[in-house]
This record gives sequence, structure tokens and C-alpha cells, in this order.
Amino acid sequence: MTAADIHAAILAAWRIEQPRLITSLSRMLRDVPLAEELTQDALVAALEDWPKSGVPERPGAWLMATAKRRALDHLRRGKMLTRKHEMLALDFEREQQAMPDFDASLDDDIGDEMLRLIFTACHPLLSRAARAALALRMICGLTTQEIARAFLIPEAAVSQRIVRAKRTLSESGLAYETPRGEELSERLASVLEVVYLVFNEGYTAARGDEWHRPQLCNEALRLGRMLTAIAPLEPETHALLALMELNASRSAARTDANGDIVLLMDQNRARWDRLQIGRGMRLLKQARALGGGAGFYALQAAIVACHARANGADDTDWRAIAGLYEELLALVHSPVIELNRAVAVGMADGPGAGLALVDGLVDEPALKGYHLLPTVRGDFLERLGRHDEASAAFESAAQLTANKREQEMLRRRAATAKNATQR
Amino acid sequence: MRFMYIVTSPQPMTGPTPALMEAMGKLAEREIKAGRMIDNGGLMPLQQGARVSIVGGKLGVTDGPFVEAKEVIGGYAIFELRDKAEALAMAKEFMQLHLDHLPGWEGTCELRAFASPGVDIGCEIKSPAHA
Repeated sequence: MTAADIHAAILAAWRIEQPRLITSLSRMLRDVPLAEELTQDALVAALEDWPKSGVPERPGAWLMATAKRRALDHLRRGKMLTRKHEMLALDFEREQQAMPDFDASLDDDIGDEMLRLIFTACHPLLSRAARAALALRMICGLTTQEIARAFLIPEAAVSQRIVRAKRTLSESGLAYETPRGEELSERLASVLEVVYLVFNEGYTAARGDEWHRPQLCNEALRLGRMLTAIAPLEPETHALLALMELNASRSAARTDANGDIVLLMDQNRARWDRLQIGRGMRLLKQARALGGGAGFYALQAAIVACHARANGADDTDWRAIAGLYEELLALVHSPVIELNRAVAVGMADGPGAGLALVDGLVDEPALKGYHLLPTVRGDFLERLGRHDEASAAFESAAQLTANKREQEMLRRRAATAKNATQR
Repeated sequence: MRFMYIVTSPQPMTGPTPALMEAMGKLAEREIKAGRMIDNGGLMPLQQGARVSIVGGKLGVTDGPFVEAKEVIGGYAIFELRDKAEALAMAKEFMQLHLDHLPGWEGTCELRAFASPGVDIGCEIKSPAHA
């Protein structure tokens, strides 16, 4: 094995164990940020030891023992040693003597523990970016470097974001517990929002050379699956996973062999992942069965499901999609959703009807600088034969996006429209 | 990356011990709740199934009795994992459970990466690139 292989093997073993390390230590220490830090220490210890001693037979147990030892040391040490901690440490030591086998002290309900951890990492006290970084770090086990690479931001910025977020959590003195009742749905919304943010950053990268960064999509899908497994009665967890699975099912068809963007209408639908579509459909059904058919994510999943069911643009039930957007608008008023509704109306009732709706949105402050507005306008103008105006719209859209692939595609469309004028 | 794990053994199937069942159940629960395991299951011997094959341009069905197979496929699992290193760690953990709870057993856990729909594996006819 090369050094790189060993490093990968260590990281893999640690990642599998990491959430349980954090939850166990959080219970011991009543301090999630500290638990996270000591879990990282266990990784560092493994990186030092295992290349010399080899990966142990039970890497999980080794990591757990090491992390717990660090936690005990911490409890014993200096200022932190309040009476409460002393008792905790004593209890823990007794427990260890009675049960030396670490495997035997496996959590009985991993689900509850994980849920508690996710709720802490995605606490509404933290900014969305901080929540995303913490979730990727504490729940998915990504390193700071990996998070930085995934979001295309400097490593120092990520580590600062994480340090600050952890300090906020420590100083707030939050109880480490699962919210109940009314608070639950509010807190859950804050979790789902972060998962969807991570997914979208991967699905349509805001910056960079690639349009699609599947790693982030996969992390989000994994978080989504985790949530449906540990909070199975919440319809929106199923709906969000449905939405992500259905969108991800198109991944292979969204770019061509050169990495250039292929738009939904032009995609080869034979390349859509049917298994994934099936999973998405079942999840949406589940969300509806739980009474959540009209939820924020369920409505969006229903829209994507309309596309997944259709064999092509002509075969798509655009009227149903326009109706679903209308329902969505009644739920959350958002100019972006209005823009999406305009696209569906344009497909159902013709480009003129769509353009009228889009033109009504041009002065919307929230859409200033949003490249999809001129993109959609350009599309309608093109179909109306107003090529000059279409070309100008695509050109201004190209100037507004920071993603290189998207820029290239918009410039191509601008050029095509321009050529059509000269014909 | 999606991986399929296939467990085979040259020994006749005797069924897992309760201790192994419990350990595997715990692992499966953890992996489902971690969002990594998509599906898993045990497979009955070929006696309960059948074989449909094509030889020399002819379709043939073998519906038992079967001569005792050299290798018995005992079960499978489908995981969604980050990379091969993670897949290997998972397979080792799974097999370690057998070593601990099923003394004397011998077998293999093979892990295979799924071909992703984006990667052509030779069965798709490419249409010429259009302008």
C-alpha cells in the first residue's frame, strides 16, 4: 500500500465512525464543538499510528477508545473539572470497568443521537453558509480542505467559518437535545434548507469551471437519506429527498462529452437514471401519504416529477406545472418562483404569454443581477422571432453569471440568435 | 459511487448464527441511518430459483435439480459511498463480523462499482454529435 492508499483507508474508516464518535462524546461532555474537536484529535492519532502499526482489525473501536480517552483526559484536566464533570468522569470510568468492550456500548438509538447532532449543526442561530460547513464537517466527515474545494473558497475562510460557528454554539449554551412540538418544524426547516443548499451548490454550481459538482450532490443525497431514516414521520424530509433524487436522475444527461451544458428540453432522456426516478417517485408518494403533498419541497418534487414522467417537451404537462408553481407561490412569495411559473405558462400558452409575465418581473429588485431572468426573456424573444432582442438578452445574461460553462452556453445562444437576424 | 457487495462461500449454506444476525442487523441499521446503505438482502439457494441461458443461439431453461454449486451466493447489499477506500473499509468491517461471530466460516465479499449512466460501457449506440 502506498502512503496515499493508507491515508485514504484511514480517512474512510474515520468517516464511517465519525458521527458516532461525536454523538458519544457530546453526551459525555455536553459540548458538541468540543466533542468535534476531540474527534478530530482521534483522526490525527490514527494518522500518526496506523501507518506504523497497520490499520487495526476493528478501526471503529480503536477510534472510539481513543476519542473517549481524550474526552476523559479533558474532563480530568484543570479548570474544566467542575463537580459535575467529576461525577460524569467517575460514572464513565465505572461504566468502562463494567463494560470493557467498546462495541458493547454501541448506542441503542443511533437515530435519536444523529438527529440531535444534525439539529445542533444546523441551528438557526448560525448563518446558512456556516450551517452548511458544519453539517459537511460534523455529519459527512469532510475535511476543511474538502469543503473548501467543494465550494471553491479558500481553506482559511472555511476554517474561520467553522471556528466562528463552533464558538457561537459554545457561547449560546444551547441544550443538546431534539426539539419537540412546534419548535420541531421550525428547526427541521432550518436543516432541510441547508441540505438543499448543499445539493444546489453541487447541482448548479454558482461559480467555477464546471457546471455540476456531483460530490456535493452526493453528500446532500446522503444527508437526505439519513433524515428520512431517522425522522421517518416528517413528510418534508421525504419530499426533499424526492426532489433531490428526481433532479439528480438527470445528471448524466445535463452535460455532453465536452462538459458543455445540455438544457432540459434537449436532453437525451434515455440517459436519465430510471432507478433513481423510481426512488424519487416513491418518496414523493410517501410524503403525500404522510399528509405533506402541499409542502414546499413536495410541490417542487411534483414539478420535477412531471418532467420525469414525460418523454419530451411536447409530452410534458405544462399546465399542471404552471398550476403547481401557482400553489408554490401561495406558500412562499418569491420572484424566482414567479419566473419559473412564467416558463411553464410560456410552454402551455405560447411565448407571448410567457414574455408578458417575465416583462412584469424586470423591475423586481430581488431579480436584479439574476442571470436566469434575461435567459428566460431571451428564450421567449427567440421563439417569437425577435432575434436581435434575444441576442442582447442572452449576452446580458452571460455577463451576469459567474459560472464559466453557463457563460459559454449563453454566448453560444446569443451568437445563434444574431446569425438568425442576418439570415 | 454506488457499489454492490456480493457474498459468496464455497461452504454449503447453514445460515448465520444469532450473534452474527444481531451484529449484521446493528451494522445495517447504522448504515441505513447514515444514508449509505440503499438495499440489502439474503439470497436463497439456486434450488429455489432457476437459470435461463442462451447457448448456441438457443434459449434454455434449467429449473433444477441443480448439482451442488461450487460457490453459493449468500447475499448482497447496495451502498452509496464516497470512494473505493470507503467501500473497502465497509467490506472489511462486514467480513470482520463473520470472523468474530461465525467461527470456521470461509467466504468472500466481492465489491463492484456500478457503471454510472454517464459512463458508456459499450451497450449504448452513440448518435453523431449535432451542431
